Amino acid sequence: MRNPIYFTALKTIWIKECTRFLRIWVQTLVPPAITMTLYFIIFGSLIGSRIGEMGGVSYMEFIVPGLIMMSVITNAYSNVASSFFSAKFQRNLEEMLVAPVSNITIILGYIGGGVARALLVAVIVTLVSGFFVPLNIQSYGMIVITVLLTATLFALGGLLNAMFAKSFDDISIIPTFILTPLTYLGGVFYSISLLPQFWQNVSQFNPIIYMVNGFRYGFIGVSDIQPMTAIAVLLIFNAVFFTLAWYLLKRGTGTRT
Amino acid sequence: MTYALEISDLRKTYRGGFEALKGLNLTVKEGDFYALLGPNGAGKSTTIGIISSLVNKSAGSVKVFGYDLDSQINEVKQHIGLVPQEFNFNQFETLMQIVVNQAGYYGVSRTLAKERAEKYLKQLGLWDKRNERARNLSGGMKRRLMIARALLHEPKLLILDEPTAGVDIELRRSMWDFLTRINKEGVTIILTTHYLEEAEMLCRNIGIIDKGQIIENTTMKALLNKLNVETFVLDLEQNEQRPHVSSATMRIVDDHTIEVDVAKSAGLNSVFAELSAQNIKVLSMRNKANRLEELFVNLVEQGREAKESV
Ligand SMILES: Nc1ncnc2c1ncn2[C@@H]1O[C@H](COP(=O)(O)OP(=O)(O)OP(=O)(O)O)[C@@H](O)[C@H]1O
Ligand SMILES: [Mg+2]
Repeated sequence: MRNPIYFTALKTIWIKECTRFLRIWVQTLVPPAITMTLYFIIFGSLIGSRIGEMGGVSYMEFIVPGLIMMSVITNAYSNVASSFFSAKFQRNLEEMLVAPVSNITIILGYIGGGVARALLVAVIVTLVSGFFVPLNIQSYGMIVITVLLTATLFALGGLLNAMFAKSFDDISIIPTFILTPLTYLGGVFYSISLLPQFWQNVSQFNPIIYMVNGFRYGFIGVSDIQPMTAIAVLLIFNAVFFTLAWYLLKRGTGTRT
Repeated sequence: MTYALEISDLRKTYRGGFEALKGLNLTVKEGDFYALLGPNGAGKSTTIGIISSLVNKSAGSVKVFGYDLDSQINEVKQHIGLVPQEFNFNQFETLMQIVVNQAGYYGVSRTLAKERAEKYLKQLGLWDKRNERARNLSGGMKRRLMIARALLHEPKLLILDEPTAGVDIELRRSMWDFLTRINKEGVTIILTTHYLEEAEMLCRNIGIIDKGQIIENTTMKALLNKLNVETFVLDLEQNEQRPHVSSATMRIVDDHTIEVDVAKSAGLNSVFAELSAQNIKVLSMRNKANRLEELFVNLVEQGREAKESV
């Protein structure tokens, strides 16, 4: 990014992406706030009070980090998936392709947009959670690192999805059939130590377990997973997804004829 | 002599095996106003797509102001402004966002981009609409928006793919004036069009492309000089007698219509004299079709025949 042209281009894509999700805030920022409020009321207050403690804290405190992470995942993913796909579909992606914008700049710009929305939603959800339960923080470092790496990872995932997608249906298939199940089974609502040994082992293969637990560790200092393992898993997935996205964009998969 | 564009032996085979370009050669001089003509599906947009790196070529080389598309892609991109055939901006963005962002992709700072946006949107009569969403524009306005967008980084080569499709006569003329002006300011322009009148009005040089190959690459003047034979359609009064003309090539269309091909230098007097001598009355006369259009059709047909005989 030493080259000022690339920097201006990157900034432009980022601003364009942020303008997009802010312009349609009713579709992008309000729904997660409503959904999460419902989760807090139903699972946290109503059901949670009967569950008692989990991981050494009240059930409400236990699920707050998981729910924040869940919004980060869905918002990072869907922001990039729908924005990149519609740019491809409406062909305005060509505006970037004809200009001397490097493929890495395009990826970083879209990731930046997805991360910005994910973080903004995370802040909103965190503020909402403040109405239900006081916020304790054990490790700021762990919170920042896991939330950032998770947001970039799912933004990349959304980008990959959009590159392969041929219709709007294709960008809802992965979230519905893969992302949502993995998230619900990813330790948002329960500690995997509650599962029988077999399912605990299976859960190790769900990457979202690592993110949710790493992030939760930052708040309550308790995790099913070693924090360093969580960071390592995130880094590896990020590297793989980034390389793949870069390779596909360079080859022009779904973008150039 | 620097060339704004040098294309040699350009080939494109689309996935599925369709060969859209079959060894296309083309040069356009710096400062030129060049028309690329050809029937639907000839390969004009494919060629432009390759130059502007939206389409990957299969073989051949492209140079823009001496920069090679394969090894100096960024220099090539920086020198080109593209006005595509289809609308390809984000319909939900405002005009200002569209043009300023486009400049940003070329590394133009936001401050400078806003100044230029004002300049070009004003010149193209879109300044009042600057905060309007693009989808609220009329078709003609959208075309002009794409021209403004292509100019924000001040390219030396402007490529327009059917910029006046669906634009009314008055607006088309104002677009012509605008393009002529920026060409005078030193911007090389290449445009494709289906309106031959447009090519005749604007362009100094012309290339005709058919089935993926250039079949004619010449100056507009030379092309028009080929038009030294004109065809006239004569309506005759119904007559028993078959008309007979020896001073020009004549075809009988029906009982009371004939066509004559007359060399410009020869004039029509002798034709009329012959018909009068046969007591045949000419009721009316008109020039057959657009001369340029006819020439175009002839060239394309000749090209096809030549290829078939090979
Ligand atoms: N993406 C594509 N995949 C397969 N074939 C294509 C593709 N794009 C264009 N073609 C084919 O390549 C040929 C040339 O198309 P092109 O768009 O270059 O023509 P054109 O000269 O611009 O025509 P027009 O005047 O109609 O715009 C056509 O036969 C077209 O069907
Ligand atoms: Mg075309």
